[in-house]
Parts: sequence; C-alpha cells; structure tokens
Amino acid sequence: MSFHPNDIARRTRLSSYGLGIGFVLLLSAFFRAQVLQTESYRKASEENRLREIPLPAPRGIIYDRKGQIIAENLPAYSVSITAPSLDSLRASLKLLQPTLQLTDYDINSAIRRYRRAPTRPTVVLPDASIDVISVLEEHRIDFPRLIIQSVPKRFYPDGPVVASFVGYTGEVTEAELNLPQYQGYKPGQIVGKGGLEKQYESILRGEEGQRFDEVDARGRPVRGAGERPDKNPVGAPPLKTNIDLDLQKFMAATFGDSLQGGAIALDPTNGAVIALYSNPSYDPNRFTGGIPLDYWKQLNTDPRRPLFNKVIQGTYPPGSTWKLATSVLGLEKGLVRMNTHMPITCSGGLQYGRRYFKCWEKKGHGSVDLAGAITHSCDVYFYQLGLKIGLSNLVAGGIDLDFDKKSGIDLPNEYKPRFPTRDVRAYYNRLFGANWSNSETLNLSIGQGANSQTVANMAKFYTALATEGTSSTPELVSKTPETKKVITLSAADFAGLRRAMAGVTSVGGTAASANIQGLVIAGKTGSAQNTENPNKDHAWFVGFAPAEKPTIVIAVFLEFGEHGYYAARVASKIIGRYLGFGGEAVVNTEGG
Amino acid sequence: MRRIVADYPLVITALLLSIFGVAMVYSAGQTDTPTAVARVYRSQIVWLGIGIFGAYGISRSSVRFIEWVTLPAYVLSILLLAATLVVGSGAGTAASTKSWLAIGGVRIGQPSELAKLTVVLMLASILAGRKEPPRSLLDLWKPALVVGIPWLIIMMQPDLGTGIVFIGIFFGMLYWSGVSWPLLLLLGSPVVSLILSFSTGMWGAWFLVLLALILYYRPYLIEGIVLLAANIATGVVAPILWEKLAPYQQNRLKVFLDPSADPRASGYHVIQSKIAIGSGGLFGQGFTLGTQKRLAFLPEQHTDFIFAVLGEEMGFLGVTVALTLFLVLFLRITQIAGRANDSFSSLVAFGLMASWFVHVLVNVGMTLNLMPITGIPLPFFSYGGSFMLASWLAIGVLMRISGEGRGKAAFKAS
Repeated sequence: MSFHPNDIARRTRLSSYGLGIGFVLLLSAFFRAQVLQTESYRKASEENRLREIPLPAPRGIIYDRKGQIIAENLPAYSVSITAPSLDSLRASLKLLQPTLQLTDYDINSAIRRYRRAPTRPTVVLPDASIDVISVLEEHRIDFPRLIIQSVPKRFYPDGPVVASFVGYTGEVTEAELNLPQYQGYKPGQIVGKGGLEKQYESILRGEEGQRFDEVDARGRPVRGAGERPDKNPVGAPPLKTNIDLDLQKFMAATFGDSLQGGAIALDPTNGAVIALYSNPSYDPNRFTGGIPLDYWKQLNTDPRRPLFNKVIQGTYPPGSTWKLATSVLGLEKGLVRMNTHMPITCSGGLQYGRRYFKCWEKKGHGSVDLAGAITHSCDVYFYQLGLKIGLSNLVAGGIDLDFDKKSGIDLPNEYKPRFPTRDVRAYYNRLFGANWSNSETLNLSIGQGANSQTVANMAKFYTALATEGTSSTPELVSKTPETKKVITLSAADFAGLRRAMAGVTSVGGTAASANIQGLVIAGKTGSAQNTENPNKDHAWFVGFAPAEKPTIVIAVFLEFGEHGYYAARVASKIIGRYLGFGGEAVVNTEGG
Repeated sequence: MRRIVADYPLVITALLLSIFGVAMVYSAGQTDTPTAVARVYRSQIVWLGIGIFGAYGISRSSVRFIEWVTLPAYVLSILLLAATLVVGSGAGTAASTKSWLAIGGVRIGQPSELAKLTVVLMLASILAGRKEPPRSLLDLWKPALVVGIPWLIIMMQPDLGTGIVFIGIFFGMLYWSGVSWPLLLLLGSPVVSLILSFSTGMWGAWFLVLLALILYYRPYLIEGIVLLAANIATGVVAPILWEKLAPYQQNRLKVFLDPSADPRASGYHVIQSKIAIGSGGLFGQGFTLGTQKRLAFLPEQHTDFIFAVLGEEMGFLGVTVALTLFLVLFLRITQIAGRANDSFSSLVAFGLMASWFVHVLVNVGMTLNLMPITGIPLPFFSYGGSFMLASWLAIGVLMRISGEGRGKAAFKAS
C-alpha cells in the first residue's frame, strides 16, 4: 500500500472530513425530528398511548307544564371492550360469553358496533344488571380491556303513556351518520329516534365528555388517567313542554286497551299541545339500549300498528267534522247565513245528475237551516251548500284554511294531508282521467272525496273556530304561539257556529251522549269511510269547550269507531277532566 | 518490548459509550409490562467486563502476534460461518434466518461478529503485503476474495445488515490503502447498477456516467468490458434477484422506500421508532420514562432500536452527546491509523473504524428511516454479548496499535 506520510496525512484529513459530514447529516436529521417536528410526533405518541373513552352526557330532562317528569336519566352500567382487531374482539366475546350470558344477538351487535367504530370502545352490554357487574368486577384482572362504565340511561316513568309525543332514543345508525344534521356525531352515540327526542335532539343531546386511559401497544390499560385532562360530559338543559301529564295519563287511560286511534288536546289561544296520544302505544323504555328483537317483531306485526302515530301520521277523511269548513266558506262568501234554508229539503238523500246522494239519516232531516244542518249533520244541506260554493271555491277556500298543509306541530315525521290543488281541473284529471263529474263537489262538501286530514290538522282548524278566526300551530314546547288569521266572519256568525256546534252535544244533537252537566261543549262528530271494513266507519269528534270561552280544543279519532258519538264521549271525558268536571261524562242514553 | 502508554482518549471514549450503552439497555428493560428484557442489562455488564478484560489482554500482546493469528482466525471464522448454514438458527425479527450458531438449541453467538474482526485483519494482511496500492480491478482479486467468501455465506444466511458492513469494510480499507477514487467508483458500479435497475431511466443515466468514468480512467480493455458487462448484468438480473429475496427482506426494502405502505407490519417498526425519537424533543422524556418504550410500542428496544429509546428519553441533547462520542472515537481511531507503525496496523485500525462507522450510520439512520431496516446493532449500545465482546477486543487491538505507533507527542484528544 501507499504508505508515504503525505498520503497518510491526506487520507486522514479526508476521512475526518467524511466522518464530520456524516455526523452533521445525522445530527441535522435528529434536529429536524426532535426539535422542529417534535410537536407532531408528540401528538402521534399521545394518540398511540392515550385511549379515548367517551363519557356520554345525560340527555336533557323533559318536563310537563307543571314540572312533572316525562323523560329522565337513570344510572346504568354499560360493559364495553377495547379490541385492537376484530379477531381479538371475537376472542374476548367468547371468553366473556358465559359470564355475561351473551346471546348470539348480543355478540352480533357488538361485532357490528366494532365494525362501525373500531377505535371507540365496543359496547357489549349497554345496560348490564348489577349481578353481572359484580361478577365482572371480581374477574377484572382477567379482562384488562373491559370497561365498565356508569352511563346515563333514558327512562320514561310513564312509558307508553308518553311515547306518542316523546318518542324514544337509540344508537345513531350508519344511515343517520351520513345525514347533514348528524354531522359531528360518532358511531355508538345515543340519539333521539322519534318524537320530542328527535325533534329537539340538538338541545337534548348534551356534550359528550372524554376520559383518556393510557394503554400499552396491545391496548391494555396501564393507568386510569393519562396526561391529557379528562373532559367531563356536559348535561343538556331541561326541556319544558306544554304537555299536561295528568291529562295525558287520563287520555291514555280513557283509550284503555279496547279503543284504537288517537287524540290531541290544544290550547286554542296559543296552540300549546296539552295532550297527544295514539293508541295502542309502545313502551319507549324497552327501546333504550337496543330494542329486544321479539318486542320489535311484535310491534311491527301487530295489526293495530302501535308504532304508527295516529295523531300526526294517520290521514283520514275528516267526514262531517269538515262541514264546519264548508259552513265557514259559505258564510264568508255570503252565500248563506246561519238561518238560511236550502231549496231542497232533506228526505234522506239528494238526486244529483244520475246519482242519488244519501244523507246519513235515512229518515231525512226535513228543512233545516245552517245551524240545524250542523247540529244534525245534514248531508243534503251541505251537498247543496257545496254546489252553491262551487268546486274551485271549495278547494281554494280549503287551501286558504291550510287543509293542504301539515299542521306544523313540532314533531318529526308528520304526514301531509291529502287535499286537491288550486288547479282543480288538472288535479281531478290527474286523479280520475277526464271522466269525473261535479259530484266531487258533493263529496268534498261533506268531508269525503279527495280529502284526508291528520287528527292534529283538524284540531288546528278548530282552534280558529274557537278563537274567532285565528288558527294556532300545535306546539309541544314553544311558548310563543304561531298564529294565523284564517277565517274572517262577523262575531255573530262565530257565535252562531258555536251555538250550532254546542247543539251537537246537546239533546237531539249527533253526540248528545257526550253532554256534561254545566258545561257547554261545542264540536262536531264525523265518520270516515273505512276502506278496510265498510261496515265499521272510523269515528271523529273535534270540538272545544267551554263553548263561549274555549280553553281546550280537542280532536279524537277512533279507528273502527263506527259513529262519531263514540269519539265524542271520549272527547267529553277528557274535556271534563281538564275543566274539572270530575272526568265523568254524564251519559245521555237518548243520543244518536 | 516497548513500554506501552495507554491511549486514554480511546479507552475513555469507548468506556463512556459502553456505560451510556449499558444504561440504555437497562432503561430498555423498564417497561410497564415487565418482560425478560428487564434483566438483560446484567449480562450486558458481565460481557462488558469480559470485553474490557480481553481488551487489556490483547493490549499486552503485540501486533506481530495479532498478525500471526490472522490467518488461522480468519479460517476459523469462515468455518464457523459455514456451520451456521447447517446448524444455524434465527432470533428476534429475523427468526427464519440462520445467523446464530446454536448447539442443542442454545444460541451461543453470532459467528458473523467474529468474522467482521477477522476479515479486517485478513484484509489488512493482504493489502499490507503489497508494495503499491492496487491500480486496476484485476489487482483486487485477492482482497475481493477475502471479503467475498464470508460475504457470500452471510448473504446466504441471509443477513443483509452484516453484508452491508462487509462492503463498508472492503471499500473503507481499499480507500485507506491508497486505491484511487475512480477505481473505487468503478468497483462499486455494479452495486449502483443493481440499485438503479428498478428505474430504467435512472439506470440509463448511470450507465452514461459509467462510460465517461471508464473513458477518463482508461482501465485495461478487458476490465472495461467486464465492468460494463457486470453493470448490464446487475441491471437486468436485479429484478430476478428481487424475486429471490425473502418476503421479509422485500418488505423491509419496500418499507424503506415508503414506510406508510404497511403501517401495521414492517412499517410499524420505523413509524414507532420515529414517533419515539420525535416525541423526545430537546431534552427527552427522562431516563427510563419514555412512553413509546414503556408501553411496548417500540419494537426491539434493547437491540436494533436502542437508539430510539435514547432519542425518546434523552432527547436531542442525548443524541448529540452519543453521536459526538462516536465522532470522537472515530476521529481518534483515524488518527491512530495515521500514526501506526506499519501498514498492517494502520489498515487494521482504519478497517475497524470503517466497520463501526457503517454500524452507526446504518443503525442510527434506520431509527429515523434514513436507512433500510437491516438488523445492524449499534456498537457499545445494542444488547448482545458477542458484539460487545468483539467490540472491546477490537478496542484492545487499537490500544496495542496506538501504543506501538509513532509520535507519542501527538497523543492528545483530537
């Protein structure tokens, strides 16, 4: 080798430079990572070792108008697992199965939850019994990845009584997470699924907190609390409703087991919903923490459709209860007065063109004025009044009375009523083709034909009758009424209508049996043709009381109720209870 | 015999590195879920003691004795290496390989650690025997054979990391023996071709550079042809070789190019290592307190990735101290090589330095994903008895060479 001192010195020098360059390069790489980028690495390190455990916030308590509890939160224990992989979860579930007595359904739900949100603790039992919890606590050491948490659990003390308007809660679904209103929600969180719970979700949900557990590379907890401070959940503010829970309970009890249908009671001055009930109901408490499969099946196969809200979802022909709308339109246009008689007296029907239109009263009503026609629900009178008004005016008037719109009640999933559009010809052409006759006018004038209304919407219309023309949107929560002047009539005409409606519940009226001693109830019965069973019409009663200074408007709908006076009796019981008349209708056996 | 004055800068630097290293091995065992690693620092101390003792012994012998045992030691290490192919076993992340020599299932050591030392000695002996430095590629057949035999065996184990160390030793010592830069470049050209063959354009560009080099350097015709043929061969053969690589090796190379490609498997090591180092910041999380290590996110924390533990717990400051100690050591050894009494000693010194330099560069670089993961240990730090012993025996050799070297007045820390 070349070993001349000069060569050696040169190579020593060059090597030293080489070493120095290598040193500087390495050191600068470390400087970059440890000084310049240390923040992002520190974060990555925290994400590695700090496992976020969500702390669900208690949902807002729902009160009735007097401060009675409609929905509250009870402490419950949830059991969840943090699993690094699906296989690990399966293995853990297998281990836990005997202790927790997990069914296949539980295991499949847990696996589904894991798939949706693998980084969050997977809930195995959302509501474990105290026995299970104590057994688990004993074996804590064997299941290091198990998290036993005290979580708030939704509870409705009156269960089925309030289900119709309060709804229920459940885990947010994947479909919901894709919707804009569920932005910021995480899989596994509890959301309102119906009723007030859904409508006021943004108020009721509260703010989820987090606890940070330190875990090792295998996901085993090391210390209870990490360096990052816990964030306590923030409970939601209470929600005060207009509901009168006592009346609600009474309403539910009145329906009992036998009656099927729905009812709504409103304060006519501001639209406040005093009670809202659909029968048969369901127990929202059983929905909390996952609906048991058999219960879900039972609810969905019950022909009486407990999950179908008959107050805001069911749309039914309003029948004779709509005759008040026909009356109002006739009066508004000056076509009739309260004492106007029609040219053709009622002899049990009306020949119109080639068709004979029957009155419900086969014997006929004879010659009645408008008041009498309301009191006795004379179809022949209203056929003629309808013809006087004319189809397009009838439809346009109905639209001005909001019969083509939802009531606007603050509940989700309200159905839209069925009502013709302003372009009447086009509407019926679409419905029947070109071959429809003016007989539709007759149908419409007695609340049949292309007209189906929700119970809530009918009640809303009657708030206008009760307050001399101002209808109020039904409101479960809001204190500020949303009103609209829909009827313009003289005070005398309103008084006349009230008297005629009061006649309905008086001796000789169609719902005389609903009379209460000392109280004047103004209202109108109705029956709606039942497509399922022509012999068993649906029964309606919509009215208010006291007639002269109404404080309650009520609409009652009974499926297969046959005749309006059955509905009227239910209504009168509820009104009597609300206005302090002992809650018992004085049954007048003469009624009919 | 001349009286030997101990080379204090050399010994003290090596001792500081070793103490630092043992402390890190101790810390590596301090995990929240205790494992067997918690106890390994004790055997590391024992090996350090044996190593220091051995180093003292070697420093009392003479360079001539070392030169005399070179050939038998080299042959022995080749035989031991060859034996691993038959009875070898794997360990750690490379459990399927055969770099460990085991008798009756008990692993007794990695012959490749010994081979690193004997190859340096053997190469020094061959190169020192020449009057002139090699001037052509044909002149290099002997040194190439000395390194090539053990290298081939090691690549068959396979142990890519040690293979890289051998290449580092080879080129380092050729450079020190006076082989000119262009010749070294030509020698290394097939390897460059191999690496660049994955991109046709890059390889084409490199081929043009190579042609220019050959025209400039004007080797013998036959050499030039062989060289070009070799470059074309590696450029074409490379994809086929790629197929021959073990899947974990393919993965490691792939992950080197893109660590996020496979974050749960091979890339996991690098990502966790970078997180550990980066989260250490300027001053670190404190001795034994690194969370990445404590909570077992950091793999192989007491061997291949021990520098990540250092980075996490001692921060940039600790990294600077450790790397500075290595730099001081390497500069000192370079000085020793420069002052050595004879060309054999000089080459041995430089060869040992080159070997450690490659270790440090690849191991430390790997923790930050600057180098592929090859399982190269960090001298004086990584847990491992045979490596600690071999390192200290090398320090002993260096002590001896330094003692016999000229110009005692220059015995100062650089």
